[in-house]
Amino acid sequence: MIGPNGAGKTTLLRLLLGLTKPTSGAIERRPALRLGYMPQRLQIDSSMPMTVSRFLQLGIDDVSVAAALERVAAPHLANARLTDLSGGEMQRVLLARAAARRPQLLVLDEPTQGVDVGGQSEVYQLIAQLRDELQCGVLLVSHDLHLVMAATDRVLCLNQHICCHGHPEQVSKDPVYLEMFGDKLALYTHHHNHHHDLSGDVVDNGCHHDHPHALTPGKTSGPQEHN
Amino acid sequence: MDWSQLLSSTFLWYALAAGLLVAVVSGPLGCFAVWRRMAYFGDTLAHSALLGVTLGFVLHIQPTLAVVASSCVLALLLVYLQRRQNLSVDTLLGILSHSMLALGIVTMSLLQINVDLLSLLLGDLLAVSSQDLLLMAMAAVIIAGLLWYLWPKLLAFTLHEELAAVEGVPVDKIRLALMLMLALLIAIAMKVVGVLLITALLIIPAATARRLSATPEQMAGFASLIGCVSVVVGLGMSVVWDSPAGPSIVLAASLFFLLGQVRAARA
Repeated sequence: MIGPNGAGKTTLLRLLLGLTKPTSGAIERRPALRLGYMPQRLQIDSSMPMTVSRFLQLGIDDVSVAAALERVAAPHLANARLTDLSGGEMQRVLLARAAARRPQLLVLDEPTQGVDVGGQSEVYQLIAQLRDELQCGVLLVSHDLHLVMAATDRVLCLNQHICCHGHPEQVSKDPVYLEMFGDKLALYTHHHNHHHDLSGDVVDNGCHHDHPHALTPGKTSGPQEHN
Repeated sequence: MDWSQLLSSTFLWYALAAGLLVAVVSGPLGCFAVWRRMAYFGDTLAHSALLGVTLGFVLHIQPTLAVVASSCVLALLLVYLQRRQNLSVDTLLGILSHSMLALGIVTMSLLQINVDLLSLLLGDLLAVSSQDLLLMAMAAVIIAGLLWYLWPKLLAFTLHEELAAVEGVPVDKIRLALMLMLALLIAIAMKVVGVLLITALLIIPAATARRLSATPEQMAGFASLIGCVSVVVGLGMSVVWDSPAGPSIVLAASLFFLLGQVRAARA
C-alpha cells in the first residue's frame, strides 16, 4: 500500500486490523484469521524493565525465543533490554514477534521506519524470507517506492481513494501514479548520483565504486525505465 | 514510653495491617502508573475522593464505598474526556485534579459537613477501625486477584495498545479494569496517607524499585516490599516522635528513593 502523507494508508490499515470501526461499509474477514502485526514502532517507557525474550513470550503460548530470533537473524538479542535496542534491532524484534504467532496474514506498517538505509533492504529481505517460510500473505504500508515496486506482487496506490492498483509494473506506468510520484522518483535518482556541499555545489567525495545497498540509481524503478 | 502497653494496643496493629494491605497492592499498581505515566491521573482520582466523601454524607453511604463509587465514575469520565478533548491530557488532568479538590472542600463547608478535613487530606491511619480494616482487606483482595488474573494482558496493553488489540487482548476492558483498580486503591489508601499523598505512595516505591529490577514482576514485588518497609518505618516514626502517620510513611518512602539514587550514582 503506497500513497502520499495523509492519503489514508494508516486509516485503511487500522480498519483492516479492526482497530478502527468503519463508519460505513463492511470488512469481510476469514473466520479465525491469524494476524501478525508489526507496528511502526514500540515506544515504551524507560522505566519498564523487560528483555527481548520476555517480550517475545508475552501472550504467546509455547514460543521458542531462539527460533523466533534466529528467523530474523538476531539471535544475540535474546537477553537485551527492550529499551536499549536500536531502531533496526527493534524492527527485527517486532518482526520476530509478529512471525512467532505463525500468522496467515502479516501486516506491516512502514517496517523500515527508523532503520538506516543499509538496514532497510535487509528488513525487506527478511520479510520475503518470512513469507516463504510461513506461507502467509503480507500486507505492507511503505514509503520506499523502489523497494515496494521490486518486491511486491500487487500494489495499491491510495490518495483519499484508491488511485490505481495492480501489478507493480502496471501501476508504475499508470498516469495517476506517475503524476503522484514522478517527481519523487526523479529526486531519488538525482539524489544518489552525487553529493552537494552546504552551498549546493556538487562535490566529488573520491568514492567511485558502487555501494551495495538497494538505493543505487540503477535499481530504482523510475518511470523512464518503463516508458 | 510504655512499650508493652503500646504493643498490646489494637489501634497500632490495625494501623499496621491497614498500611501493609495498601502498600502490598499499591506496589504493582504503582508500577503501571509509572510505566504508563499515569501519576497525574492518580492524583486527579485521589483529589476527587473528597467529593465522594461529601456525597457519602449527603446520601448516607459508608464513606469508603462512596469514594469507590465516585472515583469509578470519575475514572470513566476521564477515559471519555481523554478521547474527546483536544487539550493535552496533562492540562486536562491538571484542571480537573485541582477543581475536584476545591469542589470537595467547598461543598463540605457549604453543606456544613462536620469532618476532620486534615485527616482526609493527610490520612488518619491510627484511627482505622475493624470495619475499615475489613473493607480495605476486601478491596485489596479484589485488586490483587484482578492483577494476578490480568497480569499478562495488562503488560501487553502497557507495551503497545494496538499490538495487544490486534493480538486479541480486549484493550478497552483492560483499560477499564486498570482504572477501576486505581479507583479502589485510592478509596482504601485515603485512610492511610490521605488524598494529597496517595500518588506518592503509588509512584515512589515503584520508582525506587526500578533500579533493582530486571523484570516487570521483580519491579512490582520490590515496589510492594519498599512500600511495606516504608509503612513500618513511617508508623514507627509516628509512634516515637508523634508525627502524623501518613506523611511519615511518604517521607520514609522518599528517603528510600533518595538512598537508591545515591547508590546508583556511586555505582
